[in-house]
Amino acid sequence: MSLTPEDVSRIALLSRIELSAAERETTREQLNGILGFIEQLQAIDTAGIEPMAHAVDVVQRLRPDVVTETDRRADFQAVAPETEAGLYLVPKVIE
Amino acid sequence: MNWEVVIGIETHVQLRTQSKIFSGSSIAFGAEPNVQANAVDIALPGVLPVLNREAVVCAIKFGLAVGATIAPRSVFARKNYFYPDLPKGYQISQFEVPVVAGGGLNIRVGEQEKFVHLTRAHLEEDAGKSLHEDFHGRSGIDLNRAGTPLLEIVTEPDMRSSAEAVAYARALHALVQWIGICDGNMQEGSFRCDANVSVRRAGEPLGTRREIKNLNSFRFMQQAIDYEVQWQINEISEGRAIRQATVLFDPDSGETRAMRSKEDAHDYRYFPDPDLLPLEIGADWIAEVKAGMPELPQAMQARLQTEYGLSAYDAAILTASRAMADYFVAAVAAAGAANAKAVANWVINDVRRSMVDGLRDEGGEPVASAVRGDAPGRDVIRVPAEALALLILRIAEGVISNASGKKVFVEMWSTSDSEVDAIIKRMDLTQVSDASALEAVIDGILAANQKSVEEFRAGKEKAFNALVGQAMKATKGKANPQQVNDLLKKKLGA
Repeated sequence: MSLTPEDVSRIALLSRIELSAAERETTREQLNGILGFIEQLQAIDTAGIEPMAHAVDVVQRLRPDVVTETDRRADFQAVAPETEAGLYLVPKVIE
Repeated sequence: MNWEVVIGIETHVQLRTQSKIFSGSSIAFGAEPNVQANAVDIALPGVLPVLNREAVVCAIKFGLAVGATIAPRSVFARKNYFYPDLPKGYQISQFEVPVVAGGGLNIRVGEQEKFVHLTRAHLEEDAGKSLHEDFHGRSGIDLNRAGTPLLEIVTEPDMRSSAEAVAYARALHALVQWIGICDGNMQEGSFRCDANVSVRRAGEPLGTRREIKNLNSFRFMQQAIDYEVQWQINEISEGRAIRQATVLFDPDSGETRAMRSKEDAHDYRYFPDPDLLPLEIGADWIAEVKAGMPELPQAMQARLQTEYGLSAYDAAILTASRAMADYFVAAVAAAGAANAKAVANWVINDVRRSMVDGLRDEGGEPVASAVRGDAPGRDVIRVPAEALALLILRIAEGVISNASGKKVFVEMWSTSDSEVDAIIKRMDLTQVSDASALEAVIDGILAANQKSVEEFRAGKEKAFNALVGQAMKATKGKANPQQVNDLLKKKLGA
């Protein structure tokens, strides 16, 4: 499988990343390279092997249901580009 | 033309935990913006989500309550989309292997029962909130809600009318509160439904569906589905095809309106989240959760029928909510099992009706003074179970008549005074059972109503009832009706 320039444009749109024509071509080559690796993996016979959801074969550790965090809004908002009335401000989003 | 309506429902149930699903932030409602949004919730680099054990317990409880399969191993996945109230750029959800699969719920529409199959239920995190007003052309983002634990519950397309859809939503709403995994507060968004609606001509394959998003009241759900169904039928009847879309319901216009069509719909590019390992739930954990669960509504319904001889209908009403069931059980405990049927009647006819329709007097007329300053109290039972039990005992003992009992109930409900005996005394309702006093009253009535007496002697049964009514009126309802009957019959030689 190999990606077309249109595929790359669509992925970029979904990720809200702006690509120039040159960047789109570079990105396409890089992504196709990654897909090439995946093709090598897919060539391996995995019949009878149970799929894994994670590279490490251990299970999720769980946290007790306790509130451990305190209010650090002032710290976080000190490094935010724009805030007002305790809110983070972003360019207007309309559905 | 016979149209069949096909509805499936997805519900986001906010789980009743203290902290978020993947971080130790509080999920308390109504806090100042962003004070409950820590480094994990606002997606600072280098943070790691750690799963809240209690959220998993809630999912297990739900799976057990609906007879579903609880996955011994389930997987968290990233659902990728771009929106500023989702700072990571993806929502942690479950995709291929959800924690709960299958099961279902019994619903009832009128006398019809139906089983609604569930497809799945999965754990996920909520997003933050965007505020679009008042920020000089910018949107404000509050991330307090980001990371709140949700269980998304998905049905098969089993419902065939808006009434069935609402019955399902109500049954689910009652169940999640019954098992204590959700506070059920729809105003605060703790229980939000999306309805997938399509129509088809009888016998044809499924039509194209449109999804009505964010229905946060049962009334809106009914209105939105009814409107949507009619709209789809009109479109198809006029030769236009339905296009898959997400729509919103506008309560002001009563219409549904398309948000986005399938063409530019999101491609979520799900993949297993490398930050989270598979969730393992062993049989021993499931058994432990099961041991701590309350009796389920269906089981309790059956028990009330066998234990107290209640009808299936009455038992269903009494188990429609945990609050109602707990109230009934407490009242029966205080009044004794022998009075269970009477307790059921009082709870269904008086307590429940007062909650739903407002307080009525003994003649069924609304009591205007019932609401005194505070909210109508739709979900507040204003007469303690023990007080209702005592009232029922006083009627059973013959201290007051049933009609007087209704007066005491109205007084208790409207004033929140629950001293039954004191109210009986204050309102002078003690039943007159002194035979000589009653005889004197009846003699007076017979003398004053010669016409009725003659009619009765001439064979008119109705005349007898008129005389009983006169006697009850003369004693202000305090006479024992049976005793009045007996005395009258004796005097009239009947």
